[in-house]
Amino acid sequence: MKIRESRLRIELRVFATLRRYLPELGIGEPKVLDIPEGTTLGEIQHQLGLPEDEVKVIMCNFRQAKPEDLAQDGDRITYIPAVAGG
Amino acid sequence: MAKKILRINMSELSAAYEDIPEKWAKWAGRGLTSAIVSDEVEPTCHPLGPNNKLVIAPGWVSGTPAAPSSGRTSFGGKSPLTGTIKESNSGGLSSQKIAKLGLAAVILEGNPPKGKWYTLVITKDGVAFNDASDLIGKGMYEVSDILWEQYDHEPAVIGIGPVGEEKLSNAGISVNDPEGKPGRYAGRGGLGAVMGARGVKAIVVDDTGGPGVEIADEDLFKQGRKKLTDAIMQHDLTKPDGALNAYGTNVLMNIINEAGGLPTRNFSAGQFEGAADISGEKIAEMVEKRDGEGMTGHKCHPGCIIQCSNIYPDEEGKAVVSVVEYETAWTLGANLGISDLDYIADMTYQCNDLGLDTIEAGNTIAMAMEGGQIEFGDKEGARGVFDEIREMTPLGRIYGQGVEATAKAYGVHRVPTVKGQSMPAYEPRAIKGIGVTYATSTMGADHTSGYTIAPEIAGVGGDVDALEDKGKAELSLTFQAATAFVDSTGYCLFIAFPILDIESGWEGMAESVAGVTGMDISGGDVIDLGKEILKMERKFNMRAGFTAEHDRPPEFMRYEKLPPHNVVWTLTDEELDKVYAWVDGEE
Repeated sequence: MKIRESRLRIELRVFATLRRYLPELGIGEPKVLDIPEGTTLGEIQHQLGLPEDEVKVIMCNFRQAKPEDLAQDGDRITYIPAVAGG
Repeated sequence: MAKKILRINMSELSAAYEDIPEKWAKWAGRGLTSAIVSDEVEPTCHPLGPNNKLVIAPGWVSGTPAAPSSGRTSFGGKSPLTGTIKESNSGGLSSQKIAKLGLAAVILEGNPPKGKWYTLVITKDGVAFNDASDLIGKGMYEVSDILWEQYDHEPAVIGIGPVGEEKLSNAGISVNDPEGKPGRYAGRGGLGAVMGARGVKAIVVDDTGGPGVEIADEDLFKQGRKKLTDAIMQHDLTKPDGALNAYGTNVLMNIINEAGGLPTRNFSAGQFEGAADISGEKIAEMVEKRDGEGMTGHKCHPGCIIQCSNIYPDEEGKAVVSVVEYETAWTLGANLGISDLDYIADMTYQCNDLGLDTIEAGNTIAMAMEGGQIEFGDKEGARGVFDEIREMTPLGRIYGQGVEATAKAYGVHRVPTVKGQSMPAYEPRAIKGIGVTYATSTMGADHTSGYTIAPEIAGVGGDVDALEDKGKAELSLTFQAATAFVDSTGYCLFIAFPILDIESGWEGMAESVAGVTGMDISGGDVIDLGKEILKMERKFNMRAGFTAEHDRPPEFMRYEKLPPHNVVWTLTDEELDKVYAWVDGEE
């Protein structure tokens, strides 16, 4: 019997200089992705073509996360380049 | 030629050049303003009375050839807003020109007979006390244009708007930019009122023929300058087309929103649904779309290589205002429930023209909204606050006093202040380290005095959980000390981001200071020297009557949960008291 692969639905956002890799998205507009369970945040980043040396921070549900963290269904994931100011 | 202190006495209309006494010899910038204020201003004096002074000082490296991004001027005195010591610094033309005249500091003291106003003109030949009665009542845009036209050599124009003339507590001090426009503000803490109390409407600085800045060790200076420049040019944040250059400080709007730490509608939520519409990315989009005088990557002073400023254009592409910063877009936007950049730009212009600190002005409008006078999101209502101030109606005078006066006028208890100064654009409940800085800073609630956002949000200079309480007292103290040093260099505080990540840049900063001054310091001395400055400031505040009990966040943050994290302020008072235990425990 074939076991059906579990799928997750996530929302992701990119900001500032990273927006050039997903130019179809408006400012703050999320991309909704359907991914297999067991995918890490780093893998998603790689699939989207976001260069490792340009992503300074990953946020998941408003908290800092790590590339090795597993995505969960319904996650809001954000990739952030070097930013600061104020 | 050794640098001098220029002491200007407004009671006698006299100016004297003094040798720098040994006790102040090592300081510049904030270190020097705080040393002079500590020694010469009675901590218990009335900030608007005859015993307060306004001290103006360029940093150690300001005015030297091609030191990158080194045009910051420190303004110091006792603050009418907080009652504490105050140092507020600004970009613009003044720092390099004062330094090139061979001056370590300008001290303004005394006051002329009531109703007399002066424009001080400082050149290599001395100080002229020119009648300023024709400038009184005028906004800073007109004042800057008149003085830029009237005096040769594109001078620095330091000035106050009508709010400073009226000696209201939210009066900032404007400095003009390389295009001669006002709007580089030493905004915080009401030092514009201290200048107004001296009877000085404007100070024109022309460095033509000045002696320039002596460099003690040219090779060491050049070595440090190169290391620092390389770090700035390499780091993703500060390099050409990096985030600050492309989007300005307002690159933070979306990010702080994503962290759930964007104070919204008077600190009642940590996310704003309109954040994207008032973000740095949106400003860049408007600049491109409107295709005219607008720009990003604008520099606020000659020699800046970061260039984080912008010029915001109207629908026809005409320049409206420079600069719409993150703090400004937040305080006049998210904080008021307004997501319209054109309104925000217009209100920023009003602040610059009237001579108001934008952060305090936006929070003041939020008090009128919290109190029910204006609805959150009411753009016209918010805009009307500036008309009240411009007309100096009794209500306008209350608004001009800032947040606490306005909160009292409207019976508001949700008041986001510490020591009388309102909080900037980071929610302390969601970003705990910055809350420690707000609570304990010698300046009242101030993000720039210990910017823990770098490691807590941006992954710069470390990686720290924003919501965690543990370790935040130490983190804040380290940032407060490093900042006190950077604020003394003349370098823009934004050099801190690359040099926190690139060690040779940190060394380069210290070496360039050592090269100019001849002081024997290296990167390892930065924190200790910064702590010496903090200690002077803390001691001044203690003599003014401040105790550890004043180092507390607003009460409502302890019991009101902030979405989306649904957190309250949980750091204990004991933890907060650790930040300055090394000073307080000395008595």
